[in-house]
Amino acid sequence: MSTGMRMSARTSHAQPSRRSGPRLNARVTRALWKIGVVAAVVAMWEWRARAAENVYFPPPTAILARMREAWFSGPFTHAFLTDEAIANFPPSLGRMFGGWGLACLAGIVLGVALGRSDTLAAFVDPLIQFGRAVPPPTLIPIFLVLLKADTRVQLATIMYGVIWPVLINTIDGARYIDRLHDDTAQVFGLTRAQRLFRIILPAAAPKIFAGLRLSLALSLILIVVSELAGGSTNGIGYELLVAKSMYDLAGMWGVIVLLGLLGYLFNASFLLVERRVLAWHRKQSDPHTSER
Amino acid sequence: MLDVINLSHTYGAGPQAHQALGGVNLHVAEGQLVSVVGPSGCGKSTLLRSIAGLVRPTGGRILIRGAQVDGVPDDLAVVFQDYSRSLFPWMSVGENVELPLQRRGLDRTARRAAAAEALDAVGLGNAAAKFPWELSGGMQQRVSIARALAYRPSLLLMDEPFGSVDAQTREDLEDLILAVRGHHRMTIVLITHDIDESVYVGDRVVALTKAPARVAGDLQVDLPGPRDQIATRELPGFVHLRAEIGRLVRGKHADLLPNLLPNRSVH
Repeated sequence: MSTGMRMSARTSHAQPSRRSGPRLNARVTRALWKIGVVAAVVAMWEWRARAAENVYFPPPTAILARMREAWFSGPFTHAFLTDEAIANFPPSLGRMFGGWGLACLAGIVLGVALGRSDTLAAFVDPLIQFGRAVPPPTLIPIFLVLLKADTRVQLATIMYGVIWPVLINTIDGARYIDRLHDDTAQVFGLTRAQRLFRIILPAAAPKIFAGLRLSLALSLILIVVSELAGGSTNGIGYELLVAKSMYDLAGMWGVIVLLGLLGYLFNASFLLVERRVLAWHRKQSDPHTSER
Repeated sequence: MLDVINLSHTYGAGPQAHQALGGVNLHVAEGQLVSVVGPSGCGKSTLLRSIAGLVRPTGGRILIRGAQVDGVPDDLAVVFQDYSRSLFPWMSVGENVELPLQRRGLDRTARRAAAAEALDAVGLGNAAAKFPWELSGGMQQRVSIARALAYRPSLLLMDEPFGSVDAQTREDLEDLILAVRGHHRMTIVLITHDIDESVYVGDRVVALTKAPARVAGDLQVDLPGPRDQIATRELPGFVHLRAEIGRLVRGKHADLLPNLLPNRSVH
């Protein structure tokens, strides 16, 4: 390991590439600092919570113990998940990813169509501005009446809430295609399908991905809101309701911590995919900058 | 092969209107390499974009093999000056070259082979898997030349193709064009503002006046081949042609002056 680092440090003087030893060291240092800050904050929380002995603010260790007991103390064959976790996590996540996926698909399809037609976009723009200004949770009562209390309420809420960032970003990305890309496509007589899949979508991809990531974060928020207010009988939001009704404060905090961790995990995984798919974009705009 | 008949084009209307082409007449024979040279902003690119069907001219006609150009012609390729924006950065070099070949009715293997052959011809046989932005400017322009070659057009248009590369690369690319035109039976129209280049690569040089552009002069280049960057450029014939075209482009010919005077105020 150390030889490898020394070798790359030496080559870095010859080439402008920055994947070099000193840079690697700096990255390790940064990572350690990040972990250190998190650890310090959690330790502080633990210490203050124990000192305060306030039932509303259990210490992190108590919260973690409650999470373990409720969700992660299951049998090995179930990946240590308890029945409670199995009954509640998959429905929530399924609804979340189902709603997000459908909304993204619809947003991209509509967005490309609107982005490629200035007239259409101009006519529809007021509707889009109105639609995205409506806070999605306010629609839950309407959906409850329309769709009865059922998974469709959650799906509808998520889809309505998360489609806007995807739609608006896709319109924007599809609208501003480099004129020379367009000219080249015309000169070489690219087919409509080639233009859509090989030119327009890749060119718009950086903007589309920004929208997808935003809506992924939104969909986690909305799944919980829709389960809290949408008459759900299972799911992570439902767990929060149950914990509240039983005055189980560690359990309530546990749900909050779990949601934070899930959000972090989803965002990190999404970034990983985005980095791969948009590698050309990152490297093309600045070939000598490594990711931060 | 190509006939441009009294072509004129005006951008915009009213007091802001800018007349780029003021009646250009041009005939290009099959297999010829014609350089079109003119001062910056004279409407050279408008002429090329009209031939390519990217601009609908406001007056005059363009015929390719007798058929009027209406929209982008089938059998035509363009090498643009700005290679970095003309190549698609999300595709590898090989994919960039292959992309237009699908409509040529080639299957995947045939497309790949054609792309490899074209890349070989421009000296980039090993670069198919690379991305355009991993290559230098001159190499990127080679890729867009390879893309045009693989497409096997009967008419190749080049819009200031060497305008964005350094002098050494420019000479290499000029020689590359001369080399590949021997293998591919193509008619080439090359637009440039560089008078030396127009003489060096052309069978014939058409000089345009300032906007609104007209043909100021049309000269055969009778220089012995194969051309050589040093030897050709020191031939008396080369020096003489260069001087003559220089005078044409600058509009020093008294008989052309009346044509230049109207509309000068737009600039």
